[in-house]
Amino acid sequence: MKKLLPYLKNYIKESIIGPLFKLLEAVFELIVPVVMAAMIDVGIMQKDTLFIWKTCGILVTFGILGLVCSLSAQFFAAKAATGFGMELRRAMFSHIEKLPYDQIDKVGSATLIVRMTSDINQVQTGVNLVLRLFLRSPFIVAGAIFMAFTIDVKVGLIFLITVPILAFVIFGIIMVTIPMYKDVQNSLDDVLCATRENLTGIRVVRAFRREKKEVAEFKDKSIRLEELQQRSGKVSALMNPLTYIIVNIGIVLVVWVGAGQVNIGHLTQGEVIALVNYMMQILLALLALANLIVSFTKAVASAGRINEIFDLSTEKNEGTYKPIPNEGPFAVGMENVSFSYGNREVPALSKISVDIAPGEVIGVIGGTGSGKSTFVNLIPSLYKAGKGKVTVAGMDVCEWDTKALRKEIGIVPQKAVLFRGSLRDNIKMGRESISDEVIIQSLKSAQAWEFVSKNSNGLDQFIQEGGKNLSGGQRQRLTIARALAGNPKILILDDSTSALDFATELKVRQELQKRKKKCTTFLVSQRAASIMHADKILVLENGEMAGYDTHENLMKKCDVYQEICASQLLKKEGCQ
Amino acid sequence: MREKYKVFQKIVQLIKPSWFYIVISIASAFFSVVLTLYAPILTGHAIDQIVGQGHVGFVEVISILKILTLAVFLTGVAQWFMNYCNNTITYRVVKDIRIRAFEHLTRLTAEYADKTPRGEIISRIITDVEQFCEGLLMGFTQFFTGVLTIFGTLFFMIRMNGAISLVVIFITPLSLFVAAFIAKRTYTMFKEQSEIRAELTSLINEMAGNQKLVRAFGYEESAMEQFEELNEKLKTASRRAIFFSSITNPSTRFVNGLVYTGVGITGAFAVMAGKITVGQLSCFLSYANQYTKPFNEISSVVAELQNSIACAQRVFQFMEETPEVKCTENEIELQSVDGSLELVNVSFSYEKEKPLLKNLNLKVEKGQKVAIVGPTGCGKTTLINLLMRFYDVDEGKILLSGQDIRYVKRESIRKNYGMVLQETWLKTGTVAENIAYGKENATREEIINAAKAAYAHSFIIKMEKGYDTILSEDGENLSQGQKQLICIARVMLELPAMLILDEATSSIDTRTEIKIQKAFKQMMEGRTSFIVAHRLSTIREADMILVMKDGNIIEQGNHETLLTQNGYYKELYESQFAH
Repeated sequence: MKKLLPYLKNYIKESIIGPLFKLLEAVFELIVPVVMAAMIDVGIMQKDTLFIWKTCGILVTFGILGLVCSLSAQFFAAKAATGFGMELRRAMFSHIEKLPYDQIDKVGSATLIVRMTSDINQVQTGVNLVLRLFLRSPFIVAGAIFMAFTIDVKVGLIFLITVPILAFVIFGIIMVTIPMYKDVQNSLDDVLCATRENLTGIRVVRAFRREKKEVAEFKDKSIRLEELQQRSGKVSALMNPLTYIIVNIGIVLVVWVGAGQVNIGHLTQGEVIALVNYMMQILLALLALANLIVSFTKAVASAGRINEIFDLSTEKNEGTYKPIPNEGPFAVGMENVSFSYGNREVPALSKISVDIAPGEVIGVIGGTGSGKSTFVNLIPSLYKAGKGKVTVAGMDVCEWDTKALRKEIGIVPQKAVLFRGSLRDNIKMGRESISDEVIIQSLKSAQAWEFVSKNSNGLDQFIQEGGKNLSGGQRQRLTIARALAGNPKILILDDSTSALDFATELKVRQELQKRKKKCTTFLVSQRAASIMHADKILVLENGEMAGYDTHENLMKKCDVYQEICASQLLKKEGCQ
Repeated sequence: MREKYKVFQKIVQLIKPSWFYIVISIASAFFSVVLTLYAPILTGHAIDQIVGQGHVGFVEVISILKILTLAVFLTGVAQWFMNYCNNTITYRVVKDIRIRAFEHLTRLTAEYADKTPRGEIISRIITDVEQFCEGLLMGFTQFFTGVLTIFGTLFFMIRMNGAISLVVIFITPLSLFVAAFIAKRTYTMFKEQSEIRAELTSLINEMAGNQKLVRAFGYEESAMEQFEELNEKLKTASRRAIFFSSITNPSTRFVNGLVYTGVGITGAFAVMAGKITVGQLSCFLSYANQYTKPFNEISSVVAELQNSIACAQRVFQFMEETPEVKCTENEIELQSVDGSLELVNVSFSYEKEKPLLKNLNLKVEKGQKVAIVGPTGCGKTTLINLLMRFYDVDEGKILLSGQDIRYVKRESIRKNYGMVLQETWLKTGTVAENIAYGKENATREEIINAAKAAYAHSFIIKMEKGYDTILSEDGENLSQGQKQLICIARVMLELPAMLILDEATSSIDTRTEIKIQKAFKQMMEGRTSFIVAHRLSTIREADMILVMKDGNIIEQGNHETLLTQNGYYKELYESQFAH
């Protein structure tokens, strides 16, 4: 929580004024019982009507003042908390935008999203509650004890004994139940997970005829959840009865001792009533504090999760190199490049050396986990080589201005993702200079124009989140067009024709051939047929280069490549 | 209204088994409310005995305090019983409904499960059930105690003094009015807040979820701009919503203060006129302090009750209105299957307007390998859905071993198929449990043999705890290829007469794949197999190739005959090698 405090710094004024107003309100609240006591002791006993009206005036005035104070407090608290939430969200979003690729892989985007939304909300609520209540409750408790002592020291001692017992019981129950709730939450997650699994695996469950068994397992999990809920429920069910008993025993003692004090003239009847009132006020304040602590522990847990994200180091860009405009396609080179994810021992890529001339078409092939994607992601510096050097246009990518570098590279990622918005915006992707003409040209090359033009809204047609209103093949073609639209000097297709049928894929490949003069192309695929016509083919296995040559030469020399082709039955036809 | 009544009836049915707890809960609630209201009266009596110096009736004070102590303890006990019973009922009913909903889930038609977003079904079983029970049962007790407290307080007050009671009765509604007024205003603010929040969340979803894409296209600044705009809007909306809603407490507190003062002044004059005692005044004051509380509770409970009825409605709807797999009575059990299969004039569509499979005819002999090829959406998966009877045909029939499968028990059909789907699915549990998914009593040796046959053994023993390693939800700690190997091992453990393989080897690395294909070959030996494949090697070795397009089998035959037909297959085949 402490680490997040800087985001409150633009709201220091509000964060101080808010609680101060709350304190003021508490003062007015604490005075009420004394005023009432005076009304009874002086007004009623001496039949002083004027005095009674006066005290009433005072009570109403205090009420209004209290209302004004607390409204101001609520206002400042809301302002500070929401401002804090906004700044925290902004900081986190911009932090996420700077996280290196491998960190994002490690954390997972689902986690990032949850932390940015529900965790930040939780912390914001926590800040709001703290500003509103954290000072108020202890102050009321302390104030009530203080007032009791000013009225009568002997009765004050009863307060001094009752309050710690009360606090002990309330916080004891909270401390015991918080870990219990955690167990309940985990158990609930189990139940949730079982439900989700049975939905995603509905076919497998049925194919293996496991329905009854799954129901039985679910039953066990639900019963376990019920048991845990009952356990924590039993403890938290003690809260109200115990606090009620303690406070009322306190009241019994106050009346008992008070009676003695009245008898010897140290106390008046009205003061006894005031003391009883203070006892009630303490209970209410402590219960409010207990609720606050529960929300606060949630906020602290969320703050911890948020900090985990902030603790991830961000990408650094020290390079400044920018290319000369209108240069032809770029050469790409790698010298002895190795790369590992995180602290993993086995490198994802090791000792890769290639020299690619401008305009070449390079095929990259290998099984899953062979390092194909890692290889192409090194070029736009999305991953940074651990060892060795990656060059683009003859310049080490570390020397490049990262933004300028990525601007020259068009990537079609494996997962065909589109954003909510118009088709045009999706192709542009923030690159405002791209004209409709270029967009249509790219769509045509990507074999997407046909279905785009069929839609009456054309480029303005709306695309749902993730491109849900399009088929997989359509999405993939749009992502290809998106990469082409930037007129890249290097084009990377990372296994991104998998949803296209053979005929469409062929047409796309032919279009790419036409662009040879404009860009160096990387084709990543698992299908030998998709890359066999490339100028050169890089064969990867377990992160190592198993071959780098033309199809014909590889068929002669490279065992791994031969195996791949054989498994896909290209042997005969390929050699023709 | 009628509908609500029906829902209510169903709810009554659900909580009926817990009637004993309900009776105790209501009785305890009654006791605790009455005793709670009685305590201030006792305190008042005691205070009346403490008039001033030398005027204290110690004997009376002691006896009153004794009764008070007893009442306090009894209240505590009653409160505890009430809480305990409510918890018990709530959690039990939640559990019962969940299990019923889950049982329903296992009987849902695959069609419904495919079409409905998963999140929706999950939230019905998890969130809606929870909100329904907590809202309804906790809400009910709060409502009950609230009403009881209101009437109890009125009763005790009027018995003491009518005039002062009138002050309480007339000023108190003011606080309710204020609360309702604020709630109405803030409702739209909260709605606005949650709309903007939803918008922001979906932006975060897109941008954080596809950060790699954002980065590769240098989209960071555009994303940040969009984000800033919504973030700013959310701040303003939240501030308003939070502030205006937080006015409620201070305002009602202020009105309470007015009630308190009003009681104080009328009480004071009543005492002076000798109508009530000082002790009774103190009792009035403490009633005035708590009188608004049940009203506030009831008004918040009403909203919650409405929400919980809506939740209940959704839960019941899920359990009653979503389509279940229907079984006809005279479904038979298949004894033995020879592996022959025939499709006669089969037609099928997911939606009536969009016919998919039309007049499909197919005859597969025992032990034949059938490869299904075609572009996406051509109906390959649908065919499998029909074979396994996840869906029933609209027209025509499917004959398994000569038996129309619509009259065969689903279990008995599925028992004869081994299935490896494109989307690998694993359960949370150990590796061994996953492999033995279809055969619970499999020995460790059988499991290891199956894993060896699927070439999964070598990586499994390298895992932290070997076969006892726990796989997280859907096998997150495995690579796609490894997951598929385990799925294959799952089928290897007990090989049925027929196999369905859907792109099963698409993401396993080349070398393993070769081994797998060898294993597959053995596995398919003598078994009727359907393979959905892009791989030409698999296709070429098939006894029969079905070329599907737009829901129809457009070509049928083996590799050689299809090539000579100069049709779609040939085009498909050659497009792989054309320049």
